Amino acid sequence: MSVVIVGAGLGGLRSAESLRAAGYTGPITVVGDEPYLPYNRPPLSKDALAGGIDLAGLEFRRKATVDDVEWRLGSHAASASFADHTVTLADGTVLPFDGLVIASGIRPRRLPIQGPDQGRHVLRTADDAMGLRSLLTPGSHVVIMGAGFIGCETAATARQLGAEVAVVAIDAEPMIRPLGTELGAGMRRRHEAHGVHFHLGHSIDAFAGGDRIRSVSLSNGTELPADVVIEAVGSVANTEWLAGNGLDLTDGVLVDGSMRVATDLAPVVAVGDIARHPNALFGGIARRIEHWNMPTETGRRAGATLAALLAGGEPDGAPFTAMPSFWSDQYDYALQSFGMPGIADRIEVVDGDPDGPCIVEYHDSSGLVGVVGVDRTPDLIPYRKQLAARV
Amino acid sequence: MTSPKAEVVTVTVDRSKCQGYGQCCFEADDVFHLDEDGKLVYIPESTAGRRADIERAADVCPMQAITVA
Repeated sequence: MSVVIVGAGLGGLRSAESLRAAGYTGPITVVGDEPYLPYNRPPLSKDALAGGIDLAGLEFRRKATVDDVEWRLGSHAASASFADHTVTLADGTVLPFDGLVIASGIRPRRLPIQGPDQGRHVLRTADDAMGLRSLLTPGSHVVIMGAGFIGCETAATARQLGAEVAVVAIDAEPMIRPLGTELGAGMRRRHEAHGVHFHLGHSIDAFAGGDRIRSVSLSNGTELPADVVIEAVGSVANTEWLAGNGLDLTDGVLVDGSMRVATDLAPVVAVGDIARHPNALFGGIARRIEHWNMPTETGRRAGATLAALLAGGEPDGAPFTAMPSFWSDQYDYALQSFGMPGIADRIEVVDGDPDGPCIVEYHDSSGLVGVVGVDRTPDLIPYRKQLAARV
Repeated sequence: MTSPKAEVVTVTVDRSKCQGYGQCCFEADDVFHLDEDGKLVYIPESTAGRRADIERAADVCPMQAITVA
């Protein structure tokens, strides 16, 4: 009896711990692309980028129950056969499994843009952050593609390091999908007050320069000087290695509320950023949710499900009701959210002002679906309770 | 013979890491809460029966500031 976990991030770690907590005592092998044990990614765009990457400080504490896990780090899963119960690594190693955890996560989306590659960066891994750190120097010209959380957090950090920062995005306001127009505009004004220049409603047509990028051309003809381009335009789920197993890989891996993948061939679960899962708090529609707390929540559930299946039992059929939550630190402002503000069709600033400390409610026809606070974290607690009572 | 200490779960929070996100408060609200200024207040010793919730609180801390012994 053995379990293979593909993905050595937070979801992989929590799945291993949960398998043990649920009574599975057999061997566990975790396969990870990166050469590092599971570490905390959010600081990579914030303190760790500003202050230097201390990987030991970012590493997650691992429960003693997973001390006997075999970590195959720096290994890439190339393919899997559910029928044969095997995962094949890029170096040809074949790992047999009785149970499989899909925790291979996401990678930054790359857009095909003509021009030099030298100077193009993404920010997902510790290596990415280490590669960027020395380039964000006073007076360097940094162009950030994308005005989502990673783009905005990186913009704030680059400004704090003294770089000249421009943000280019097709959206009308930064972070508009989760936050809405009004709070997005308030966040834009905070960034502008710190010297960030926004070019919204535009895309990047081309990079220009010789052997490396020296400027970018926008769709409206604007040319911006650029020493460094940081591409933060969303993510792609790492599902390629799962091809050929008859799965729905439309957007990540579709699972049920127990995190089980629909296949009769083998016991398989999926967790974290890659798992398109239903949440009964929000209508049970399957969605991928890239919030930090979801690998822990889905990993806990998935480990219990897989342990039950391997023991010949059935998974707990209770609906999945974990509360999505995100936070973001930009300059001295702390945003925090509960629920799913991104699905709202009515948004209301109920307390304060979008340029200062405030609370914003997000509603749809079913009622309150999310809340965001800026510098108001203690006041969000009753909102979270209200959202948790949606089932 | 079991020492009395074995019956106790000890919590320490690294104040240099804690940002007051309050995620721990939802997992063990008898141990962790935010005061009016958003500063984390916690009870450093709990009975063994609270261990599972307290470990969960440590798991969900975005800054990984909570140590459970």
